[in-house]
Amino acid sequence: MSKTSIPDAVDASAVRLARPTSVWTRPLLIAVALVVMAVLPLYLDAQMLKIGSWSMAAAVGAIGLTMLVGTAGQLSLAHAFFAAVGAYGYAFLAAPENGAAWPPALAALGGIVIAAFAGLLFSPVAARLRGLYLGVASLGLVFIGQHLLKNLVPVTGGVNGRSVTPFDIFGFQLSGGSPAFSVAGVPFGAQERMWYLALFSLLVAIYLANGIIKRRPGRAFTMIRDNQAAASALGINVQQYKAAAFVISSAFAGGAGVLTGLAYAYLTPQNFGLGLSINFLAMVLIGGLGSVGGAVVGAVIVTATPLLLASFAAGSNLLAEGGSGGYEAGTVSSILFGALIVILIIVEPGGLARLGQRLWQRVRGAGVTSTKGTP
Amino acid sequence: MKLIQVIILGLSLGAIYGLIALSFVTIFKGTKVFNLAQGSVMIVGVYVTAQLSGPIGFFGAAAAGILAAALLAAILDRIVALAPRGDHLVLTILTVGLDIILVAETSRLIGTKFVTVGDPWGSQTITLLGATVPVTRVVALVVGLVLIAAFFLVFRKTRFGIRMRASSADPETAALMGISQRSVSLSAWAIGGGMAAVAGIFLAMFPNPGLDSSGHLLAFHAIPAVIIGGLDSSEGAILGGLIVGVTQTVVTSYASSLRFLGEGIGDISPYILMILFLLVRPSGIFGTKELVRV
Repeated sequence: MSKTSIPDAVDASAVRLARPTSVWTRPLLIAVALVVMAVLPLYLDAQMLKIGSWSMAAAVGAIGLTMLVGTAGQLSLAHAFFAAVGAYGYAFLAAPENGAAWPPALAALGGIVIAAFAGLLFSPVAARLRGLYLGVASLGLVFIGQHLLKNLVPVTGGVNGRSVTPFDIFGFQLSGGSPAFSVAGVPFGAQERMWYLALFSLLVAIYLANGIIKRRPGRAFTMIRDNQAAASALGINVQQYKAAAFVISSAFAGGAGVLTGLAYAYLTPQNFGLGLSINFLAMVLIGGLGSVGGAVVGAVIVTATPLLLASFAAGSNLLAEGGSGGYEAGTVSSILFGALIVILIIVEPGGLARLGQRLWQRVRGAGVTSTKGTP
Repeated sequence: MKLIQVIILGLSLGAIYGLIALSFVTIFKGTKVFNLAQGSVMIVGVYVTAQLSGPIGFFGAAAAGILAAALLAAILDRIVALAPRGDHLVLTILTVGLDIILVAETSRLIGTKFVTVGDPWGSQTITLLGATVPVTRVVALVVGLVLIAAFFLVFRKTRFGIRMRASSADPETAALMGISQRSVSLSAWAIGGGMAAVAGIFLAMFPNPGLDSSGHLLAFHAIPAVIIGGLDSSEGAILGGLIVGVTQTVVTSYASSLRFLGEGIGDISPYILMILFLLVRPSGIFGTKELVRV
C-alpha cells in the first residue's frame, strides 16, 4: 500500500486542481451519512436497531485492531481478551450490588482504563515481539482470559455470566427505557437510545483514531512497521511506540467491550472466546488493513451478516435451522467471511477500502480525462 | 498419582504436542507462513479416520486420514501460493480465513457428537515401572518418538532433506541451484498436515473421550511448545512439546492442591509458562535471534 500511495496522492491533487468543487464532495457525503444514521431509529424495528448497535460496538474494537495490525504491523489475536476486560470491568464497576456502584459514565471510563492497563501489563511481551510472533503468542491471552472469566466468580459471575447495569447520565438512561418518551410518534426505548450511544461512541473512536494515525504517533508506527532499524535511527523509541500501539488498541477493544456489554445487557464467557478475536481480524481484513473507514464497514459486514441471514432464513426455507446439522445461517456466513478474506488477500490485499478507493478514482479519473480533453 | 506415572503421561502428551509443534515449524520453515488452519487440517484427518475405521479397520483408516490431511494441507499451500508473495503477516492471516471456512464445515459435520477413531487399544492400561498408564499413551509416545527420529533422519541424511534445509536457509540461492521452491513448499505443507493428523488421531483416543467440534483448538495448545522451543527450530519444537506436555500433566494432577487457581488450571498452564518464557527469552530456546542488517 505504501508504495502506491505516492502516485495516488499526485492523482488526487491533479483532480482537485481540475475540479475545485470536488473538495466539497467528501464532507457532503459525511454529512449525509450522519443525517441518515441519526434518523434511522425512527424507521427501523427493534431487531434491526440491535444489529446496528452491535455492529457499531464491534466497529470501535475493529478500529483499534486496524491501527495495531495495519498501521503498526503487529498482529494480535488477543483482542477478545481486552474486550472482555472492558466489558466485565464496566459491569463490575457500575453494578449497585456485587460491584463498586460507580456512576455508569465513570464506570465506562473505568472499563476502558482497565483494558488499557491490561494491555500495558502485556506490553513487555508485546513490545519485544515482531508481527507474526506476537500474533501467535497473543493467542495465549484468549485462553487465559477464558479461564479467568470462568473462575473469578465474584467479579465475572463465572460460567453463568452476569447482567450489565444500563448506562445513564443523571438518571436519564441511554441503554435502558426510563424515563419513557417518544419522538415524532416513535417511542424511544432501550434499543433506540443504545443506537445513539453506540453512534456517538463510534464517532468519538473514529475521531481519535484519525488523530492518532494521521499525526506523529501514526507516522512513527508506520515507520516501525516498514523498517525498525530506520525508525530507531530517526530517534523513534521502537519499544515504547510498539507498547503504546498495543495499549491504544487495547483501550479501543475495552471501549468495544463496554458497548457490547451494554447492548447485550448480559455477559457470559462464550461471548469473548477465540471466535471473537478471529471475527475482529476478519473485520479488519475485509475492510482493509490500516483503514479506519474500512474497519467500520468490515465490522458491520461481519457482525450483521449472520444475524441478517438468520432472520432472513427464518422466513424462508433456503437455509437449515440452527442445530439441525445442515447449512444454518452461522455456518453459511462463516464460510462467506472465510472465502471473502481469502479472495480479498489474493486479489486485493488492501481490502474493501482499497477497492473503494480504486472505484472512486475511476469515477473521478473519467472526469479528469474529460477536462483534459477540453482545452 | 505417583510421580513416575505423571512423568510418563506427561512425556507421551509431550510427544503428541511435539508432533503438532513440529508440523507448525515444518510449514513455517518451508514457507515462512504460520499455518493457523493447522487445527482444522488435524481434525479433518481425525474425521476421515473415524469415518473409515468401521469399514476398513483402524490402521487402514488412520493411513487414509493421514493422507487426507496431507492432501488438504497441500491444497491449502496452493491457495496460499496464489496470494502475492512477501508479507508473511498477511499470508498468515490468509490461513485464518481458510481456518474459518474449515471450522465452519467440520463443526457442521461433527455437530454435537464426539469423534472417536475406533483404535484397537481401547481403554486398556499397562503397568510400567510400577505406574499404571493407558496403552494408547504408550503407543503415542513410541510412535511420536519414531516419527520424530525418522523426520530428523530424513532431513539430515537424504537428498530430499538437504533440498528442504537448503531452501529454508536461503530460498533464492536454493532456487538458483535448481531446487523447485514449489515442490519444497508443497512437501513442507503435506508433511506438516500428515504429522498433525497423527497427533490428532492420538488425541482422539482414551483417556480423552474423543474430539468434539471444538477439537481444532487442541492444535493451538501446541503453540506454547512452538514459542518456547523457537518458531524456526525443529529440535526446539520437540523440546517445547515435552516441556509443555509434562507441565500440563503435572499441574493437572496436582490441581486439587492448586484449587485456589481455579478449575481447569492445567489446561492453561502451558500458556502461562509461554508468557513467562517470552519475558526471559523472546526468541525461544533454539530460535534464531532476529538480527537487523542496516
